[in-house]
Amino acid sequence: MIGKILKKFDDRFLKSEPRTGDLFAVAALFDTPDQIIHAAEKVSSSGYKKFDVLTPYPVHGMDDAMALKQSKIGWVALLAGMSGTSLAFLMIWWMVGVNYPNIFGGKPFFNLPASIPIMFELTVLISALTLVGSLIAIFMKLPNNANPIMDTEFVKRVTSDKFGIYIEAADAKFKLEEVRAMFEELGSFSVSNIHEAVYDLGDTKNPLLSNKFVGAIVVTSLVTVGITYFVLNVLLFLPPFDWMHYQPRVDPQTESKFFKDGFGMRRPVEGTVARGFMPYEFKGMPDSMVVATPNPLPVTQKVLDLGKKRFDTYCSPCHGYYGKGDSRLRGQFPVPPSLHSVKVTNWKDANIYHVITNGQNTMPSYASSISRDDRWAIIHYLRVLQRSQNALDSDLVGK
Amino acid sequence: MDYIKKQLPDSLTKTGGIMLVMGILILIMAFIFTPQRAFFDYLWIYLFMVSIAVGSLALVALEYLVGATWSTPFRRISEIFASMIPVLVILAIPLFFGIHDLFHWSHAEVVEHDAVLTAKSPYLNVEFFTARTFFCLLIWIMFFFLITRNSQKQDEDGDVKYTKRNITLSTIFAPLFIVTITIAAIDWAMSLEPHWFSTIFGVYYFAGTVIAALAATTFASVKLKEGGYLDSALGNDSFYSLGTLMFAFNIFWAYIAFSQFILIWYADLPEETFWLIHRWDGSWKFVSLSLLFFHFIIPFLILVGRNAKTNLQLLKVMAPWMLAAHALDLYWLIFPTLFVGNASFGWQELSFPLVVIGLSMVVFKMSANKKNLMAVKDPKMQAGLDFHL
Repeated sequence: MIGKILKKFDDRFLKSEPRTGDLFAVAALFDTPDQIIHAAEKVSSSGYKKFDVLTPYPVHGMDDAMALKQSKIGWVALLAGMSGTSLAFLMIWWMVGVNYPNIFGGKPFFNLPASIPIMFELTVLISALTLVGSLIAIFMKLPNNANPIMDTEFVKRVTSDKFGIYIEAADAKFKLEEVRAMFEELGSFSVSNIHEAVYDLGDTKNPLLSNKFVGAIVVTSLVTVGITYFVLNVLLFLPPFDWMHYQPRVDPQTESKFFKDGFGMRRPVEGTVARGFMPYEFKGMPDSMVVATPNPLPVTQKVLDLGKKRFDTYCSPCHGYYGKGDSRLRGQFPVPPSLHSVKVTNWKDANIYHVITNGQNTMPSYASSISRDDRWAIIHYLRVLQRSQNALDSDLVGK
Repeated sequence: MDYIKKQLPDSLTKTGGIMLVMGILILIMAFIFTPQRAFFDYLWIYLFMVSIAVGSLALVALEYLVGATWSTPFRRISEIFASMIPVLVILAIPLFFGIHDLFHWSHAEVVEHDAVLTAKSPYLNVEFFTARTFFCLLIWIMFFFLITRNSQKQDEDGDVKYTKRNITLSTIFAPLFIVTITIAAIDWAMSLEPHWFSTIFGVYYFAGTVIAALAATTFASVKLKEGGYLDSALGNDSFYSLGTLMFAFNIFWAYIAFSQFILIWYADLPEETFWLIHRWDGSWKFVSLSLLFFHFIIPFLILVGRNAKTNLQLLKVMAPWMLAAHALDLYWLIFPTLFVGNASFGWQELSFPLVVIGLSMVVFKMSANKKNLMAVKDPKMQAGLDFHL
């Protein structure tokens, strides 16, 4: 069944029609690796230069038999590999170090260890692609897109079970009868003349621009794009690939069928207090009800640093860095009064704490965003601000 | 094939014997003055000998498994290196006397107050440790005798059935080798820091053992070929394959070492990072960096070219180089437990090169006396000698 389909495919696409072009080469097929080694030795020692050997698997000892000089392909691989390494290095450095620095796992923006896997991958990728590219360039002799021995009976055999050798007609020593006689003497069971294929290229001279070739590339790209689109945008959303999408879970702000009350988000268990947030006993009460408790934190450099950090984060957008009401919001929100007024200066710490916790006028409560200790630290810092912004001339004396 | 058995010179036993005796004397002195350090030196020597001996046996098994022909001329040399395995059984005994000096987890009173060690105690206890050690040694010595005996017998009649038997044996040995070498690495090297764990550690040590075994075989083969002890038909292309395999396993080692490093570095978990931090403290930093250059970067650059691997003079330098690099690797694995904060190399550590080189020479000579240096009647031998790239 499959054999029949393959046969049809062969007949339709791979059938070699009698070629009418110039003689390209004389090719010979052999049965055993020993014969082909012997043939290669004979051909190279007879002084032929433009010949090649094709075998179904690498035959050890062939380099010597063909009298090949050491291949330079290693240098190509080395150069391509090194450019892959440096390309990856530069790419990572530019992406995470310059263009879009982001902190991942507390590591430096650009770091070598995380780049090494990518450098390694790109080294392999670029050198492999370059080697395939150079193979096409050398074997097919760009701008040709196929070697003339392709699509012949000869190549069909050497890619399955036989060992082949061919000598190009362009070789200086090439004489048709001599070459054929030599191959037959070496014990070849099939010697054939291979002619250049004559393609109808229309107006174009370059086979790379022929309609067939360009069409094949366009069709291949379209198929690739289509499959990619199908896989990424359609297939992944079809069952069973979307099962994970419908697993039971709680989405915030949505109805839940799991809980009796229908709420997805849960309320805290009654009588419990969230960690770090002690309930505030004067919640919602007017200023006058507040009992003046002293600031529990000591005035130390550490506390003041913490207070400044929290003040700059939470208070300064509206109150300004100096507490003068110099808001950074450019009038998009009502500007609060200065914190250096007599009223605020004379307030007890507990009153300021009450305002931060409870909110006042348009100022919302910060109870949920600033922890209790941080609020007291902010008050200490505010006192420092008040003192420094109202410094006296006499403060300059001293020291 | 024109191989004729020639006896190795007696100077090998003499020089090796003197070095071995000197090394043992240093070890005894070290044991008197600094007993704990002496046991760490001994463990270092022991693991290195395991690398060469068991790694060589694995190479022999590998050849049978994949049906390689190029390595057949060298196989007997690997077998001779593997004949260290019976010696390893005797050498293991002193290790058990040092168990409390070497392994933190062997102290019951420490384990009692340590939740992590208590949880690990079903595996890390002296009885099970002893049992595992004997299991590993038993597997190694059993397969060593079985495989080399078949190989020896083939020297007489060249019967293919011995090759077939060894293929079966190697098939059984290959998975057992992986298990035992992993157990060896975890028990003898990783459990020095019992709080630390790395699942890739066994593979890391395995990569090192194969490099050490290949380097030992390469060095001995080049020396023997120069001395005319091997068949004259043995060409450079076979050495090329030996060099390529050494080069490839060196890259594999670097790959594994980096894989272990980057996972610890990326996850940044305190229960894993301390192991690497110990190896970055003080002068250990230079040991770690020299391991990177000495074990990977420099050998990589030297051996990457094709000509380098057919150059026997270069291979004769690079093989001991890789052995030294493996010794440094083991030093880096073992000693940070003892020398916390700074690396140290004192007169006690001189016992390592003396014992390792001396013992290898003596065992090699004694083992080679009774054997051909090439598996003369192996059916693959001619193909191995004819091997061309």
